[in-house]
Order: sequence, then structure tokens, then C-alpha cells
Amino acid sequence: MSSPDTIPEAALPDQTTPPTASGGSAASLLPAARFGGPIPWVIAILIALVVIAAAGGLSLRNLAESARTEIADAATVQIIEANPELRAEQADAVVAALEQDPLVRSLRLVPEEELASLLEPWLGAGATSDDVPIPALIDLELSRQASADEIAVLQERVKKVAPSARVDAQSDWLRPVYNALTALQYLALGLISLIALATAAAVWLAARSAFTNHQETVEIIHLLGGTEAQITRVFQRSVMRDAAFGGLVGLFLGLAAVWLLGQQFAALDSGMISGGGLGWLDWLIIAAIPVLGVLLALVTARITIAIALRSMV
Amino acid sequence: MNDRSGEIVKFDNVGLRYGTDPEVLSDLSFTLFPGSFYFLTGASGAGKTSLLKLLYLAQRPSRGAIRMFGKDMITLPRTRVPEFRRRLGVVFQDFRLVEHLSAFDNVALPLRLSGTEEPRLLKAVSEMLDWVGLSHRAQAKPATLSGGEQQRVAIARAVIARPRMLIADEPTGNVDPEMALKLLRLFEALNNRVGTTVVVATHDVHLLKKVPDSLIMRLTKGRLSDPTGALRFPPRPDPAPASGAPRMSAAGTGI
Repeated sequence: MSSPDTIPEAALPDQTTPPTASGGSAASLLPAARFGGPIPWVIAILIALVVIAAAGGLSLRNLAESARTEIADAATVQIIEANPELRAEQADAVVAALEQDPLVRSLRLVPEEELASLLEPWLGAGATSDDVPIPALIDLELSRQASADEIAVLQERVKKVAPSARVDAQSDWLRPVYNALTALQYLALGLISLIALATAAAVWLAARSAFTNHQETVEIIHLLGGTEAQITRVFQRSVMRDAAFGGLVGLFLGLAAVWLLGQQFAALDSGMISGGGLGWLDWLIIAAIPVLGVLLALVTARITIAIALRSMV
Repeated sequence: MNDRSGEIVKFDNVGLRYGTDPEVLSDLSFTLFPGSFYFLTGASGAGKTSLLKLLYLAQRPSRGAIRMFGKDMITLPRTRVPEFRRRLGVVFQDFRLVEHLSAFDNVALPLRLSGTEEPRLLKAVSEMLDWVGLSHRAQAKPATLSGGEQQRVAIARAVIARPRMLIADEPTGNVDPEMALKLLRLFEALNNRVGTTVVVATHDVHLLKKVPDSLIMRLTKGRLSDPTGALRFPPRPDPAPASGAPRMSAAGTGI
């Protein structure tokens, strides 16, 4: 040991140095306070579930929007008349009456052959027989989404020239479907909220555990003048690393599940289902989920550590 | 050398109890002056460690007032406490080295916490380790160091940031007499050459005689006996001119 008289004063730091330890130097103060164990995987599973729920919710929203756009401003006139000649006369009269109606942007009398082909899968080749009366159908494209009163006025006008005619706004019979889709969207949102809470709880438990494991070191750093911000920063860094790992794995798992489900639904070849495809904005939202997960983990860890440090003097 | 006028620590009627237990420290009123060397003595259980905890801001008193470096520590916001802890160097009785850090990193800890740049830190810590004779053990983890080596790392860590006050709890308790004397000489050198106020808690009465110009604080069942009035405040009217603080020899206390 050197003589005490040779204190290395030149080596001693200037005490005017402000206490602003950088994150870099602070990072080495604690051993890697990693969650370890199953926590990153728990985060991965939770993020995967959020991705699936979000993709489902967004898909349902797109589906509802697509269907609404397609049929909200559409209506159908049915002429239910057993006599074919009379039915054809009334159909022509309705077309003539509605062509000038400002509410009707365009209309189309559905040809009997088309009706027959639509019914054939259910009624067989005999669908075209005169023994089976088929209503005449007129598709209306409205200039706007019509209210119930406007549809009633339209109905009155049609009734004057075709007493056996009936006007159906397509949005009316699809309303229960819209309601079901909306309920499913809320369900997805609820699931996402619950999973976010579960993620926060998992991070809270993990941060508490990591803090307890390093309590002795934290106390020493605390007594040597380490600030709460310095200690919290070290834990946050570890939490961010683990949450980012879990988030990326979860995103990958979630996307794989979404892709598989998408393939299955695409195989249905249904016009309605195809409206539920995800757009680029939807994919951007899904890609942001792990980022939001990391932010949630960081905030949770910060609050947890701050509360734990408060218990020290 | 520090300015030896004024006071560095002032306790006024301080008491400390843990929970609802009886007070372990009662009615402590004293002043510590800059650049002075104090021994804190007392039997086991007298409250030495509790008093040191108050001094190194690990504990808040149950009653009374404490001023350090001219600031009221009772009303000091939590966020400002670290700033005052950085002015202190502490040698804990059980060293409290960080197990996962090397001797070098343990000594560097106070500098890293205060934001010292790494090149400057490297030089300072290397010189400090050389000073305590542990250059060859710089990369050793505490678990592989002997008791004496751990103690020297703890001391190097305590003094590396040139504290205004050095607080040592039984710093010679785990070393042989020769090493104990060497460590004491380190403290004296810091006190004399840098002007650091030194408070050493010990129950080794022989140690007191080794620093002839020291002041004695004796704790008995949580109360401070002050036979010569050296610790009372305001200071007695005729302080020693060199320090501003009254000094006495250990022998003069009858210990």
C-alpha cells in the first residue's frame, strides 16, 4: 500500500461535477436485471393475442363498412304477382315511374334468366317453370342512404302503378348483421383492454421480482448518492429489452395466425368476406402493437420501481 | 483544505426509534466542524451504527432537527437527498461492496453516479487502487478478495470522490493491528491534507490514542456523553484557532 502522505489528489475529481450520470455509465451499475424465465414469453403470447384480436376487430370493421357502403344506398322492388303478363306489365310500370325519381340514381330490372340461375341451386331446373311463380325484381341504386320515411314514400309511388309491389331497403334486413358485427368489434376491443391489463400485471410482477433480486445493490447505489432516475433507468433498459423481444415474437406469432385465418376465409370465396380484408393502415396499426406493448411495459416498470424506491429513505 | 469555520453537521435534540420500540438514540445535540477528526465510541448496542445512519442519510430521525452543509435535512425534498449523499464517503461495517462488480468498478461507483467521464475516471480509480495497494486486484470480484482487501476497496470507494465528510463504521474491525494502523493513517492523511471531516466509529479504545488530535463522541445507551463540552453548540467561546472546532486528545477524555 502506498504511503498515506501520497494521496493521489490529481486523480481526485472536481467536486463541481454536476450529478448527472449518463445512461451509459449508469447501465453498468446493476447486473443485467433481466426478467428471465417465462416473462418475455408471457409477453410474447399476450402480444400475439392482441395482434389476433386487433386483426379480427379491424377485419370486422372493414367488413361492416364494406357491406354498408355496398348496400346502404340500395333497395329492391319485388313484384309478387302470379300472373306472368301482369307481373311484367307492373314491372315496366314501376321502372317507368322510378326512372325520374330524384332518390333513384339508377335501376335495373333483373332479367328472368338471371333470377332463374340464382334460384336454380335451390329449386332445380324447374325454377323457370310457370308453375313456380317468381317475383319480378328491380334493383335500385339510391342517390343517398334513404330514411325509413323516404322508403315509405317510394313504396307509395310504386304501389300506385303496381299494387302487388313491395320495396325493401337492403340496410333494413342487414341491420341485425351490422349489430352483430359491431358487438364483435366491441368484444375485440374489450379483449385487447383485458390483455393489456394482463401484460401490465405481468410486467409489474416481473419488475418487482427483478427489483427484489437486486435490492442490496440498489440500496448501496442509493446510499452512495444514486438518484431514483438513475436506478429506474437501469431497470427500464432491461424491461425494454425483454418487452421488445416478447413484442417481436408475439407480433410474428400473431401475424402467422392472422395469415392462416385469412387463407381459410379467402378459401370461402364469399363476396361479403372479401370486404373484411386488411388495408395498409390496418397493418400499420397491428405493427404498432408491440411498440405500444413496450411503452406499456416501460411505464409500468417505471411506476413499479418508483414505488419500490419510495420505501427507502 | 476545507474552510474550517462554521459547521458541517448540527444535531439538535435528535431522537430515533424504530417503529414503536423505545428510542435507540435520545436527545442528541452536537456540532461537527469541517476538517475535524472524530471518534465515535461506545459499547455494542449503544447506538453507534444508528447515529452513523443518521449521519450518512440512511435514516430519518424520529424527532429533532438535523442540519448538514447548512441545509435542514428534515425538510429536504427526497429528490435532493442524493446530492447531499454524494458529499459523503461511507465505509460500512460490512463493506457493502457490489458483488457483481470488480474492485475497480466498485471504487468507480461514486464517480459514475456523479457523471464523471470514463477516461478521467479510469485514471482516478487506477491511482486510487494503487494508493490502497490493490492495483493487482483491480479486476477481482469482492468474493475473491480477503477481508482486508475488501476493506481497502470500501475505503477507496468512500474517498474516491473527495467527500466533505468521511464516515467509517468499525473500519478496522476485520484487519490485523498493522493494517488497522495503516488505514487510520489514510484517514488522517485525508483529514490533514484534503480537509475531509472524519467520523470513525470504533469500540477499540487503543485506536483512539493513535490520532492524538481527535475528538471523542461517546455513546452510552443512546445518549451522547460530552465530558469536555467539545461537541456542544454553539461552540464554547474559545475554540482552537486552527480548526474553529475544539480539539482534545483521546487521552484527555479518560478513555
